[in-house]
This record gives sequence, structure tokens and C-alpha cells, in this order.
Amino acid sequence: MRNTTTIALKEFKSYLASPMAYIVAGIFLFATGFFFGNPFLSPSTYFETSIKGFLEIGSILLLLLTAVLTMRLLAEERKMGTMELLLTAPVRDSEIILGKFLGSLGTLIAMLALTFYYPLLLIIFGDPDMGPIGTGYLGLFLLSSVCLAVGIFASSLTSNQIVSAVVAGGILFALWFIGDAAGLLPEALGEVVGYLSLSYYFPDFIRGVIDTRSIVYYLSITVLFIFLAIRSLENSRWS
Amino acid sequence: MIQVRNLTKYYGNRLAVDNISFTVEKGEIVGFLGPNAAGKTTTMRILTGFLAPTSGDISVANYDIASHSLEARQRTGYLPEAVPLYGDMTVRSYFDFLARLRGLDKNRIKTRIEDVTEICHLEEYIDVLIGKLSKGFRQRVGVAQAIIHEPEVLILDDPTIGIDPIQVAMTRQLIKELGKERTILLSTHILPEVSMTCERVIIIHEGKIVAEDRIENLSSMISGSKRIRLEVEGPAQEVAKRLRRIKGVNQVSRQDSHYIIECAAGQDPRSKIIETIVQGGWTLLSLEHIEMSLEDIFLKLTAEEETAK
Repeated sequence: MRNTTTIALKEFKSYLASPMAYIVAGIFLFATGFFFGNPFLSPSTYFETSIKGFLEIGSILLLLLTAVLTMRLLAEERKMGTMELLLTAPVRDSEIILGKFLGSLGTLIAMLALTFYYPLLLIIFGDPDMGPIGTGYLGLFLLSSVCLAVGIFASSLTSNQIVSAVVAGGILFALWFIGDAAGLLPEALGEVVGYLSLSYYFPDFIRGVIDTRSIVYYLSITVLFIFLAIRSLENSRWS
Repeated sequence: MIQVRNLTKYYGNRLAVDNISFTVEKGEIVGFLGPNAAGKTTTMRILTGFLAPTSGDISVANYDIASHSLEARQRTGYLPEAVPLYGDMTVRSYFDFLARLRGLDKNRIKTRIEDVTEICHLEEYIDVLIGKLSKGFRQRVGVAQAIIHEPEVLILDDPTIGIDPIQVAMTRQLIKELGKERTILLSTHILPEVSMTCERVIIIHEGKIVAEDRIENLSSMISGSKRIRLEVEGPAQEVAKRLRRIKGVNQVSRQDSHYIIECAAGQDPRSKIIETIVQGGWTLLSLEHIEMSLEDIFLKLTAEEETAK
């Protein structure tokens, strides 16, 4: 546990020291801020006091931005040779991966925390339903952990950061849009494929519904990819 | 302290280390000598746990590296060939991170950072970003991280590569100093380095150990046969013919405008060579003794091994 925290803290600090995290956060805030505020600028007299616009674009953006955020985590260590430090330190492979995961999750939580002013504005200028806002953030958090786990797995496969980002983005987009493809398949099969899609569960969070299935699904995918990343790291010793 | 029995490593189908065995006793400094791609780095990576062996039993600091990997790693300091540094960290935070990973407690971390900073003369650079340090200082930071947790075993992969001569001398001094209380295995492809720092040498070539001996024996073996390079103005055929007749000369070959003379063991025919040239009425332009290069030693050792078969 101590080793995991040491690595997590180191990763968190190096995110704060690198321009990449600020660029990612900047893009995220700009795009989500636009989609959050846009409905209020329309000439309509009726406004929905929700953060739906932010959640819808935010979830898609996360798929892309996490791929960029995680690409350096292991690929850079491999490229710079510092992987030799980590793998020869008295630290378990699982502690390395978990530390990296928690460090990047901390960074992403900090980024999500910067959006708290959207609901704050709604509270000041209106009377929003807090339920969907809470579940919306829960959904974003769970989706973030899936994305980061996939990103770390992709980063463990290569020493090239670009390859890592493309692989992570590819896996995440496939998991997200596989639900749309489900409609083209025969009914029974389509239903199963639909259940496997990341996007199948997200609307529930936006609506304010907490379904145990969606939480279990997101957590399982996170655990699966963290497990795969650990195996991939172990495997590199046998090359 | 380090025990290697029948270590073999394949990368896919390529054999990198071929069934080698050796031991390094406590407090010994042993040089691991070999040309590039001989299997030095692979062996060191296996000893430190970075790579898993294909087969073989290895123990480091009296812990089996297969079953007690974490304990063995805890007691090993390792400087890889490419010094592993985080450019975006200061020297201090880098030391702190690694000391923590290796299980030192808070107070100990503080005193050890001070210690290694002093040992490696990094006082002025302790709060500088590693990315901004010159190559020589990076190397020192690399050595410092390897000893920060006071390991019993030190494994140094080519510690003097790519740094200037003054720093090379300093690093060698440091290694000798450290070797008083620690077990050190260091690899190099520079011959004089071994004789300066090590007590014993293991020579590895194409994944096999071709020789393993104390340094005194090795250097007498090297100096057993001398070679001399000559530059002479005169008829080439005639000069070579006359040189061959000199007692103590085994062989004469031509290399561009030079003659290379192989002397018999323990013989020094230089004065006779000069005499012969003067008698022939030719001009001696230069005469020099050639140090046997590492390649020559390998050729010699591998040739000896083959004739022994």
C-alpha cells in the first residue's frame, strides 16, 4: 500500500508539473462549458436547470482526453529506461500499476472538480434537481476509471506514446459505440452486445437513476483492464 | 553473495546467455568484461530482476531471485547502462522517491540523501531539475540512487561510459571506496578499467564465460606476448625477411605501411630490431609497443579454447 501511494503521489505531482494535464483540462473545460452554457443563450423562454449538456459532451470527451492523459504512464518509462528502476525496486507489479492508476485518477478528479461551478451556477440562479447532478458526477467518475484503466493497459503495451494513445482511444470508442452497432445484429445477440457497451449505461446516470448493474459493469471493466495491465507488465520480464 | 548456476537466457530464438555459472563472494569487486552484445547487460538485468531467466538458479544477497525476488531486490543497488532518470524531477525529489520505494523510513531518507549527495559531490545541484544536468552529473545521480538504500550488492552496468576522463577517475575511486564494504559486479568493455578497479575478472563472449581469473593472472597472460609496430623506410620484402630472422620474433605481418611484429613470450627483441634495420642501411621512422586490445584477448582466449577442444 505504501509503495502504491508513493507511486501515485509521484505521478500526481508530475502531472501538475507537465503542460499536458493543463492542456487536457483546458480543452475539457472549454468544450464542456460551451455545451453547458449554450442552452441558456438560446432565445427560448424555457430552460432545463440541469447539467445534461455538460454530461453528454463530457462523457465523449473523456474517452479521448484520458487516452492522451495516460499515454505516457508506462510507455515513457519504457522509452526513458526508468522502467528498469521500477521493475528492479522492491515493489510488486500490481503496486506499480495501481499507483499509476490512482495518480491519474487523482488528476482526473481534480479536473472534474473544476466543473463544480456549473451546478453551483444553477443553484445560485435557479432551483436544480440535485439527484441527477449527483448521479451524473458518479457516472463521470466511474467512466473515468474505466478510461484510465484502458489507457494504462494501452500504455503498458508499447514504448511509443502515440501508439498507446491510439490503442486506448480505439478500445474506448469501440466499447462506447458498440451499442449503436447492436441494433444491426439479430435481436438476442444485439441485446447481449448492447449490454457490453459503455454508452448503454451512461444515460441512466444522466437521468438520475442508479442501477447496480451499471456500477458493477463499469467497475468490472476497470478491474479487468487493470488486471490486463499488470499481466502485460509481468510479461515484459519474459521477453 | 551472488550465485549463478547454469543461467541461460533466450530472446525468442536468439540465445543471449549460454549456461553460465559464477559466484561473487562478499566484499569482492568483480569485473564483467566482454565486447558489445556478449551478454553482460542481459545477465545483469536478470540478476536485478528486470528480466526473468529462461533457466538457471540464481541467488543475490542470499535470496533466491525466483522465489524471494522482493527481498533480493531490496538488497541490490543497480545502475543500468542507460542511466534511468526522470528529467522533470529535482535531484532531491528523485532520491526521495527512490528511497521511499526501497522502504527507507522518513528520518533515514533525510540522512541518506545528505550522505549520497556528499559522496557523489552533488551539493550544488541537489535542487536542480535532472533534465538540466550535464551528462557527467547525471551519471553521478545514477550512482547515488544505486547506493541510497545501502545495498549489500551493487550491480553497475558500464558505469564510466560517456563521461569525461576526470569524472571517470572519480567514479573509479568511488567504486573502490564502495567495494570495501559491499559486493560489486561491474561490467565494462574497457580493459584498463578492470585492472584499476577489480580484484577478479569474468570474461564473457557470445554468451559464454571464456575466462575467469584474478586480475594478476590475467594481466600476466596479456603481457605474456608483446606486439610491436614498426615504420621503416626500405624495401618491404627484404625488411620483412630480415626481421623474421631475429631471435624472439615469432611473426611479421604488413599493415599498410607498417610492420606488425609478434614477439615470443617473455622476449623483448627491440634492440635487435633496431640493430638489424641500421645494419641494412634503412631508416627507422617509428617503433612502438602495441597494447593488446580486448578484441585480441578474446581472439586469443577463444582460439585457445578451440584448440583445447
